[in-house]
Amino acid sequence: MTDEIRRVVAQHGRLSVPMSQVADDDDLYFAGMTSHASVSMLIALEEAFGLEFPEEMLRQSTFQSVNSIAAALDVLIEDKKAAELGPRT
Amino acid sequence: MAHEPEEDFRSGLMTAGLLIATEVDGIYLRSGTFESVARAIDVLVSAAGSDQNAEVLHLPAVMPRSVLEQSAYIRAFPDLVGSVNTFEGNDALHIEILRRLERGEDWAELFGRSDVVLCSAACHLVYPTCRGRLPEGGRRFEVFGQCFRHEPSLDPARMQAFRMHEFVYVGDAEGAVAHRDAWLERAAQLLGGLGLPVTAVLASDPFFGRAGKLLSANQRAEALKHEVVTSVQPGEGPVAVASSNCHLDHFGRAFGIESADGTVAHSACVGFGTERIVLALLAAHGLDPVCWPSNVRDQLWPSRT
Repeated sequence: MTDEIRRVVAQHGRLSVPMSQVADDDDLYFAGMTSHASVSMLIALEEAFGLEFPEEMLRQSTFQSVNSIAAALDVLIEDKKAAELGPRT
Repeated sequence: MAHEPEEDFRSGLMTAGLLIATEVDGIYLRSGTFESVARAIDVLVSAAGSDQNAEVLHLPAVMPRSVLEQSAYIRAFPDLVGSVNTFEGNDALHIEILRRLERGEDWAELFGRSDVVLCSAACHLVYPTCRGRLPEGGRRFEVFGQCFRHEPSLDPARMQAFRMHEFVYVGDAEGAVAHRDAWLERAAQLLGGLGLPVTAVLASDPFFGRAGKLLSANQRAEALKHEVVTSVQPGEGPVAVASSNCHLDHFGRAFGIESADGTVAHSACVGFGTERIVLALLAAHGLDPVCWPSNVRDQLWPSRT
């Protein structure tokens, strides 16, 4: 998952440093990602993972780093699995 | 049925002849009295910025479509944008328009897109004039703009066509923050001095859609936008009469502007909503400016005293 996130960040984050120099817990905003770039990244992440970030996740901290994005996606993937399994009887 | 306070203020403005409504919500004709207050506010705002040594610019109501695209306004506020369409057809198309008019059908779809859009914010037209390297200390502008935002409403404080009087700074990061902070204080002082109950608050723009939620959250987290708000109608929420904004390097990047040291330029602007300030004064002091408190009148019309 991390590789895919890094690919999306590299393509849409418009960072001012090469992605190879960005560690998974580095601050992407500090690395030059603008607010508008974070929106492009949000849309690309949703397409790549077939998920939709709920409104409460649409905040700066969610997209702060590769790790924070991965943590958010983990939650969404778990929620999706639970929904697909349906209620347990 | 009890009237909404909003309706009472609105109907009061109409009865007094200060605003004349059209069949489109949020589009008004303004009376001479309304305009005399608007002009006095413009003079007062200009005086508040007399130390800025700003270049004065009066802007048209439309701007090149490319400015809207480069500024990213279309990404953030597609719902507020007004795009101008014009006729470029021949006689046959003209006849078709006449036919459709006769039948009460839609003729507008026969118009094609033009090179211009309505200005959504006054300062957007300023940035393309700053392309390249800025002088030491950056540049400052005093801008008189006409704006359109597509948000039809019966609330007179939410007009679709209105004026914005701005002071814009384009330069380095520290200068932009200083401009925003200094003007937030000046705006609050100026408007409070006119007897308006004002408060300065942290704010965010009404960016569109889900993507907009993230833009708003980022804007708040970075404390980029502050507003001077006041009450225009009893029982209604506060209304922004001025806003002071730091854009970081957004417009610098978008329009290829460099500060004197060669880094991407930062910018900031303060905007005074002329019509809203007039409305706030009318709400605070009554619908007849002749009867306003003398200290308010003396500030607005010093030559008459």
